[in-house]
Amino acid sequence: MTALGRMPTYLGMPAFPDAARRAVADSQLRRNLTHATTAIRAKRAGAVAELDDWEALRQAAKAIKDHTLANLGTYLLRLEENVTKAGGHVHWARDAAEANAIVTGLVRAAGADRVVKVKSMATQETGLNEALEAAGVTAVETDLAELIVQLGHDRPSHILVPAIHKNRAEIGGLFRTAMPDAPAGLTDDPPRLTAAARAHLRQAFLSAEVGISGANFAVADTGSLVVVESEGNGRMCLTLPRTLISVVGVEKVLPSWRDLEVFLALLPRSSTAERMNPYTTIWSGVTPGDGPSEFHLVLLDNGRTATLADRVGRQALRCIRCSACLNACPVYERAGGHAYGSPYPGPIGAILSPQLRGTGSAVDASLPFASSLCGACYEVCPVAINIPEALVHLRARAVEDHKRYSERTVFQLSGYVLSSPRRLAAAQRAASFGRHLAGRSGRIRRLPPPLSGWTDTRDAPAPPPESFRAWWARTRGSAGRGGQAGRGGQAGPGSRPGGAAG
Amino acid sequence: MRIGLFVTCLTDTLFPETGKAVVTLLERLGHEVDFPMGQSCCGQMHFNTGYRREAVPMVRGFAAAFAGYEAIVSPSASCAAMVHEYHPVLAEGDARLERLVAAIVPRVYDLSTFLVGVLGLTDVGAYFPHRVTYHPTCHSLRLLRVGDAPLRLLRAVRGLDLVDLPDAETCCGFGGTFAVKNKDVSAAMCADKVAAIRQSRAEVVCAGDNSCLMHIGGALSRMRTGVRAMHLAEILASGEGR
Repeated sequence: MTALGRMPTYLGMPAFPDAARRAVADSQLRRNLTHATTAIRAKRAGAVAELDDWEALRQAAKAIKDHTLANLGTYLLRLEENVTKAGGHVHWARDAAEANAIVTGLVRAAGADRVVKVKSMATQETGLNEALEAAGVTAVETDLAELIVQLGHDRPSHILVPAIHKNRAEIGGLFRTAMPDAPAGLTDDPPRLTAAARAHLRQAFLSAEVGISGANFAVADTGSLVVVESEGNGRMCLTLPRTLISVVGVEKVLPSWRDLEVFLALLPRSSTAERMNPYTTIWSGVTPGDGPSEFHLVLLDNGRTATLADRVGRQALRCIRCSACLNACPVYERAGGHAYGSPYPGPIGAILSPQLRGTGSAVDASLPFASSLCGACYEVCPVAINIPEALVHLRARAVEDHKRYSERTVFQLSGYVLSSPRRLAAAQRAASFGRHLAGRSGRIRRLPPPLSGWTDTRDAPAPPPESFRAWWARTRGSAGRGGQAGRGGQAGPGSRPGGAAG
Repeated sequence: MRIGLFVTCLTDTLFPETGKAVVTLLERLGHEVDFPMGQSCCGQMHFNTGYRREAVPMVRGFAAAFAGYEAIVSPSASCAAMVHEYHPVLAEGDARLERLVAAIVPRVYDLSTFLVGVLGLTDVGAYFPHRVTYHPTCHSLRLLRVGDAPLRLLRAVRGLDLVDLPDAETCCGFGGTFAVKNKDVSAAMCADKVAAIRQSRAEVVCAGDNSCLMHIGGALSRMRTGVRAMHLAEILASGEGR
């Protein structure tokens, strides 16, 4: 019996800035992440540059997804019809609990106490492993990185490379202590680590009665499921067990194989920077004498139709889980995946998690703010999700849902000042006093909270004796159009602010 | 050409020298510059922090101040991008404002695009005998897409030694209220940007946004690097004897 951990729950996760603070201070983690993301960024750019019609493909993918999402009911029913026709069974799950109950029931019905799993985001989202464990069923993760995470009682920190936060030395140590059948004298040499994992997993593949997977795509026209992977471990799970259960988010459906073609060109280049991924497994229902004799498709909503109702937020449902946005994101590179408190980290997680789960928890309410809005994510997204636009949209929702009165007051007050040139000029005269806070350097080294958040690591500029508008009014008169020079307009360099400015 | 200067509230309040530099430069090139006193703020900080309602009066104020100008030029790519990308969104539901904004947006430029793209200039007669590196701010790069306009302008400055900035296109970590709300990540990003600037061996780092420069410059000064952060406009306005 292997030492399988329970997947820690995401409940009670701290807000992003607090979790990120710890990650930023972990220099080993920073090195691991920078090393990995820098390498994959450069490789992706190379793989994408090979195609001169990349932008056209990207726009096609966006259009296909938007069309499918706008007609989701039609395509899901078509998918159900064709999966059933091909000998599969289709189940509908409104939420995580329903999905877990369906899967647990199916595993029990198959008489299994152990299942092998293909790397699957949907089952991480539902917490299926914990649900199975509670039902006395052991789930064995067979993706190498997922296995590393599971052995370490850890959580994945990247969609594609779940153990990106670990380096080979850390993985070697983990295998030696947590993998009971690890060969004696196992070193940190990657080929030897891989061989150890292969031997460990082979037994699980050959003895499992039930395999559980997600899917990258589901083709409605033929009721076909598609799993794209690199290791071949997924194919073992998809073909060896007698029963196969696939838990798939409803947004994964595509109308036809012609649509699939576009995504099979975009996904590998965006995720692993490969022209084509090593293993693409496609199956339709069951085939007597070939592969599983029983196939169940569990279609999962879990917040997706609610997300679909949001005009701006719904674009997150186009996501094909390639991870390009994570690898491109300077915030992800420094904060790491765990800070996002969700199976979906990085920029896509910051817009997906608060929509799928709501902004009720501290971490979900903080996620839309976990971005400098630099736009690197949007630039690399193969389905053109405008993540900065969605982030700003969700920030407005978070502000509405969580009325933080002190902040609201600051923004209402500053809005009042900034929406009027006269009030702005008065504020500038008042702020000009602040220049006396500066030392000889002309820089302010310390400010009170919340601005201490700035001066903890950065000097602040001293306000000048005269604002630009004051200079303009003094030197050019109030000839400017609008003529609303206001009292600020007359303030000279040496003028004292009047009482009204205070 | 009669140009309306959209100076931005940040530059107006904290960096008036940049605004003066834009005036100097455009007048030196023979254009009439006007500063509509009715302008205040484009509303970016409020909009990006989730306070949309508070941003709407600023959109209205901007439209009123700048309606009728042939060209509206700003020393901030970020604020110009705010007008381009989100003023139409914020105007939605007010038909009159929508029309006004739609008429203004195509005439709003950041300084580098205006000089290179509209006026067709790269040599603006500047002299700046220093080693300079250029940080392309994210909104100039990915929202406004100014391309290599700033670099072409810098290359034409006499005496200027333009040096490459490693990982130039990586965000400096400013991000508006992000700099305070996520101060640890912001500071870590800035530290990497500062390291890249030092690696470039530049005496001056320049950019087209005073917001990012305030962040980078604040860290450069805190770390006593001796490197100056300077707005592109101030370099372009520099001449012999200035």
